[in-house]
Amino acid sequence: MEIDPLIFRLSIFILSIFVGYYVVWSVTPSLHTPLMSVTNAISSVIIVGAIIAGLSGNSDKVFNTSSIFGFLAIALAAINIFGGFLVTQRMLAMYKKKKKDK
Amino acid sequence: MISANLSAIFYLVSGVLFILALRGLSSPETSRQGNFFGILGMVIAITVTFLSTGNFSTGFLFVLIFILVGGSIGAFIAYRIPMTAMPELVAGFHSLVGLAAVFVAISAFLNPQAFNLGTQGNIKLGSLIEMSIGAAVGAITFSGSIIAFLKLQGVMSGSPITFKGQHPLNAIILLSIILLIYTLCSTQSSNIFWILLAVSFLIGFLLIIPIGGADMPVVISMLNSYSGWAAAGIGFTLENTALIITGALVGSSGAILSYIMCKGMNRSFFSVILGGFGATEETSNNTDKEQRPVKSGNADDAAFLMKNASSVIIVPGYGMAVAQAQHALREMVDTLKKNDIKVSYAIHPVAGRMPGHMNVLLAEANVPYDEVFELEEINNDFANADVAFVIGANDVTNPVAKTDPQSPIYGMPVLDVEKCKSVLFVKRSLSPGYAGIDNDLFYKENTLMLFADAKKMVEEITKAIN
Repeated sequence: MEIDPLIFRLSIFILSIFVGYYVVWSVTPSLHTPLMSVTNAISSVIIVGAIIAGLSGNSDKVFNTSSIFGFLAIALAAINIFGGFLVTQRMLAMYKKKKKDK
Repeated sequence: MISANLSAIFYLVSGVLFILALRGLSSPETSRQGNFFGILGMVIAITVTFLSTGNFSTGFLFVLIFILVGGSIGAFIAYRIPMTAMPELVAGFHSLVGLAAVFVAISAFLNPQAFNLGTQGNIKLGSLIEMSIGAAVGAITFSGSIIAFLKLQGVMSGSPITFKGQHPLNAIILLSIILLIYTLCSTQSSNIFWILLAVSFLIGFLLIIPIGGADMPVVISMLNSYSGWAAAGIGFTLENTALIITGALVGSSGAILSYIMCKGMNRSFFSVILGGFGATEETSNNTDKEQRPVKSGNADDAAFLMKNASSVIIVPGYGMAVAQAQHALREMVDTLKKNDIKVSYAIHPVAGRMPGHMNVLLAEANVPYDEVFELEEINNDFANADVAFVIGANDVTNPVAKTDPQSPIYGMPVLDVEKCKSVLFVKRSLSPGYAGIDNDLFYKENTLMLFADAKKMVEEITKAIN
């Protein structure tokens, strides 16, 4: 009997939870704010679904109800992706070590 | 157009890159590289999606336009936002992830063919379940984050909003969501789908209004977690590995942060979620205690004390963020260092309005991160330090948490500030902190209260030292 592909996805999901668990515990507490902004950015990978939705119309009729929701989702996710990664970068650039001469 | 197998492999690669992005945050040195991995993962995921649809018609042009529009708004916000507003920003971003998840789910529900999920009115059962869970969690994330955003922004009062029958009502709504998903799966009715979304928006709103301002670190982490689960739900619908991996990562990340925040307050996750904390105690116990004698001083007294100290520990809290005092504080510390005084910073896990809030503000003010310590690392040092300088923190220094089992904050880990030879406490008034309880520290022999705006006081002290 063949295994339902859903089971494979479920396995990936469960294992990723464990990976996430151990990886996040190793994040230093002083970087918890960047952690939140970067998780924000990466969860916007939901944009791939939005792109598929946006491209679902045909070439004569780009906009239908379904694709409009897709386009809106693209814009929202793009705000998050750019905003999230850039603000994380801005924050991380501020973390500096003590200068030697002090 | 590339094959489905090849694109699945690329999605896996971008999922792995996201794991590396979080891994990088284990130390500030590797964190910038980690962020780069994250960006790379995102670029791969988006490119592969374009290639796999193979649709480069007018629609593609519009996709690019919408990415550009959203991207420029995002970039603009990212560069303009002041560091003190980071909690609001993160809450706002969570709401966008939630709403995007809802939109993708709506779009998939209206046009299932585009996603290979069957036809309208006849969507595969598994996909429908995944889709409706993703949509419901997304909607809760959206409305909950909006409330959190408004509370942090100060548009809405930070105090808890409670009413009779709140918890039974929430329980009924949560049950009805499960019922609605069940009905949706058996009838495929689009009306049920819209009702499900409306009810989920409502419950997100109702869940967050009873939670008070200082519990926001837990709320933000929790919403962070929800946004992850919503993404994972959509990931299952779209059969997309990158989305499933990311959703799981973000979901567990937010859950761990909520756990750390709850532990920092010694409260159970449930008591925070049920809310209402800090609303009731305020009136009861601050009547006679106000009469106790308090020593208050001015900038010169503080400067004298610190000048004669050999080590000073600074305890920042939310008040420092409100007063935007981090730069002034750093200048004061610089003058202290010139006088050969050892200075370090002590940060309580729940100081501020989100995890790591104080660390970012100090980093912004150019405080090197190796001078900043967490509660466990520094708590034993207070006994050997000469001066503790508390700026904008309150409940997290209250010794009552260790001594009075009756106190609502009993058992909460606190900074042992009172063990210092002397304590300087910058505060605008004697009013109790968020928990609504008096801080015993105010009345100790060795405490000197400095009643003023944090920023002004720090600037005056700097002048007085020079």
